[in-house]
Amino acid sequence: MDFFNVLILVLDSTVRLSVPLLLACLAGLYSERSGIFDIGLEGKMLAGAFASGAAAAVSGSAWVGLAAAILVSVFLALVHGFASITSRGNQIVSGVAINFVAAGATIILGQAWFSQGGRTPLLTGDGRFGALNLPFAAELRDVPIIGQIYSELLSGHSLLVYFAFFMVPFTWWVLFRTRFGLRLRAVGENPAAVDTAGISVAWLRYRAVICTGILTGVAGTYLALAQNAGFVKDMTAGKGFIALAALIFAKWRPVPAMFACLLFGFLDALSIRLQGSPLPLIGKVPVQFMQALPYILTVILLAGFIGKAIPPRAGGVPYVKER
Amino acid sequence: MAEAAIELIGINKSFGPVRANRDINLEVKRGTIHGIIGENGAGKSTLMSILYGFYQADSGDIRVAGQPVTINTPNDAIAKGIGMVHQHFMLVQNFSVLENVILGMEGEPLLNASIAKARSELERLEREYGLEVDPDAIIEELPVGLQQRVEILKALYRGADILILDEPTGVLTPAEADHLFRILGQLKDEGKTVVLITHKLREIMAITDTVSVMRQGTMVATRTTSETSVEELAELMVGRRVLLHVEKGEAKPGEIKLSVRNLTVRDSRGVTMVKGVSFDVRAGEIVGIAGVAGNGQSELLEAVSGIRRAVSGTVMLEGSPVDVTGAAGPGDLRDRGLAHVPEDRHYMGLILPFEEYENSILGYHDEPQYQKGLFLDIDKARTEAAQQIEKYDIRPPNPRLKTANFSGGNQQKIVLAREMEQDPTVLIVGQPTRGVDVGAIEFIHKRLIAMRDQGKAVLLVSVELDEIRSLSDRILVMFDGRIVGERGPDAGEGELGLLMAGVEAKEAAE
Repeated sequence: MDFFNVLILVLDSTVRLSVPLLLACLAGLYSERSGIFDIGLEGKMLAGAFASGAAAAVSGSAWVGLAAAILVSVFLALVHGFASITSRGNQIVSGVAINFVAAGATIILGQAWFSQGGRTPLLTGDGRFGALNLPFAAELRDVPIIGQIYSELLSGHSLLVYFAFFMVPFTWWVLFRTRFGLRLRAVGENPAAVDTAGISVAWLRYRAVICTGILTGVAGTYLALAQNAGFVKDMTAGKGFIALAALIFAKWRPVPAMFACLLFGFLDALSIRLQGSPLPLIGKVPVQFMQALPYILTVILLAGFIGKAIPPRAGGVPYVKER
Repeated sequence: MAEAAIELIGINKSFGPVRANRDINLEVKRGTIHGIIGENGAGKSTLMSILYGFYQADSGDIRVAGQPVTINTPNDAIAKGIGMVHQHFMLVQNFSVLENVILGMEGEPLLNASIAKARSELERLEREYGLEVDPDAIIEELPVGLQQRVEILKALYRGADILILDEPTGVLTPAEADHLFRILGQLKDEGKTVVLITHKLREIMAITDTVSVMRQGTMVATRTTSETSVEELAELMVGRRVLLHVEKGEAKPGEIKLSVRNLTVRDSRGVTMVKGVSFDVRAGEIVGIAGVAGNGQSELLEAVSGIRRAVSGTVMLEGSPVDVTGAAGPGDLRDRGLAHVPEDRHYMGLILPFEEYENSILGYHDEPQYQKGLFLDIDKARTEAAQQIEKYDIRPPNPRLKTANFSGGNQQKIVLAREMEQDPTVLIVGQPTRGVDVGAIEFIHKRLIAMRDQGKAVLLVSVELDEIRSLSDRILVMFDGRIVGERGPDAGEGELGLLMAGVEAKEAAE
């Protein structure tokens, strides 16, 4: 039974830790499926986290925080869109620039506005997205196994967690069952086909990067207002890049993206759980190694286990009408 | 005759300093197949892109069925019943046929209903025009001929009455091309208007009712096809008389320079493509290898030039063996006097983003003559490039221009100049005039004959039977990886055609 309890705890934190990855991963999916590579997920998430922390601190409302995060993140997505769609610039350079701007600006503005060393003030109550208890969670707690799975693992997460997992089938539905999805997939593969079919390539791609902006904004909000109680500098800590890895790992498909993010979340949860406790057969392992484990496994998985990941064919290439 | 489906009046279009279309007038009658012919870069594709709304004309008027129209986007063209099959297919490779057909014509925001509607409409079109294709097949798994059929279906699904085809046979096998022509004939019988853009005279003569000739951005003539001839059209295209048959003297074959024995080669999938081929090429002769594409000619060329490792067999160059089954690479063979003009200049012959002079020494760049201490002797490379440009009439004459900016014919001349000017003993040439305009073809043919007359051994591989017949001193026919016959240069087209189809080979086996 003890093992079962530990398992539930690890899985529970797996869910919490994979949500920002999942939101960022789906965000990247919209952009990259349309042919705009987005290495700036990290920066948009960070800017979103800061905006939500700051706005929630000032207004006292988590919803205002969420709105601010989406606004800022969509703005940065549009900057990336302008650079790569309208100006036909290099998408990697533009993405990296956004990451740098976000990393620097959040700290400077945070210090200037709140004077807490780049943090935003600690939030309480309505300033955060608190845990949401599913019906009968308390009553079912004592039912063996099922009760624990329901009340510990499924219940008691913030609204944004449920939103993130809802976005998985929703994204699948949008991509494969709607006109917008069909065109989105087409423009990432062969923009000339879309152009000659009489559809605007630029407008389609702009809508895709707006979707990306919204989702990275939610991801940032989750970090600042649900997982933490406020913005802390560099709080994304590479999650945007792990999300990109998950996206490649999932070959740009929504459901595999969810499993990839859960896997990375699980590795993260496991490394936290195993810190300091001796492993069977191996003995005590340095903390640093356990912390590095998710990243090491990321490299190994990406290097050897996914087979051929074919990105959208027009990805990274600005669309220019051929002469 | 019937009324006009399309009228273009005074169309002008410039790209920067280049005037792609000058004061073009064109009238296409309803229910006819109208050919537009011209060399590469004559402005045919630009003109049709203007009609399809892909570009906007700088000035001029377009009338569809007598009504003046403005076509600013492909959507406008589609609305006027104009459909286009582009030279490079505008298909999404990993989509199904159905998804490609409905793209841009989905109707409502949700796909289910529109897909069902498209499926029944597609079935009707397939029945009506004999355009069978599995609606659920994925494009990248279809052969090019079928992909092109999807493009035609796309246009018809959009209600096209006027169908423009841009160089439709460039990627097709002869059988696929014949099938396409039958489909076009059927479309015409149904009252559709077809505009066929091509630079192949034979297609124009075979299928069109009327033909318009373009040269350097201007429309030079319009003729009724039955009242004109290949020679007249060729002259109109280039603006002077063209020698379609090269004049050459008697060959004076010398000693054997290249000798191939029992060569067996597999392709990258592991399929045996060349099955024990033997032949000799002597100094001062051109040996042509004829055959339908895909019968092992490409693999044979690659093995003999050292690009692909042979499974077994021997190759002797000037009497000494070449390790074709082992370590010999293209560089070794080049050092020993074997020059190779590859079949696909874009894939193997040139690096398109490089400047012309860089390509003119490519593959020879590590030879001592181009070294200056630790560095490349750039000045020498540029001087030589300039000389080659002059000698081979490469246009524009600028060694500093990016190679991608030269036309197909001039790119091919860059490759030929590079390989010929290194004074090889054996020259291997694959598809020397593929995608090359008529004027350049004549020039290239003359250069090849000149090489022969200088005493070089020339091995020529081409899928153009006319080319093989007019250049070769001996013709070897390849079928299914074997050489199935050898003929003299006066062999008839029909006889060679039968050999190429493997008829005699089958009879011999029985």
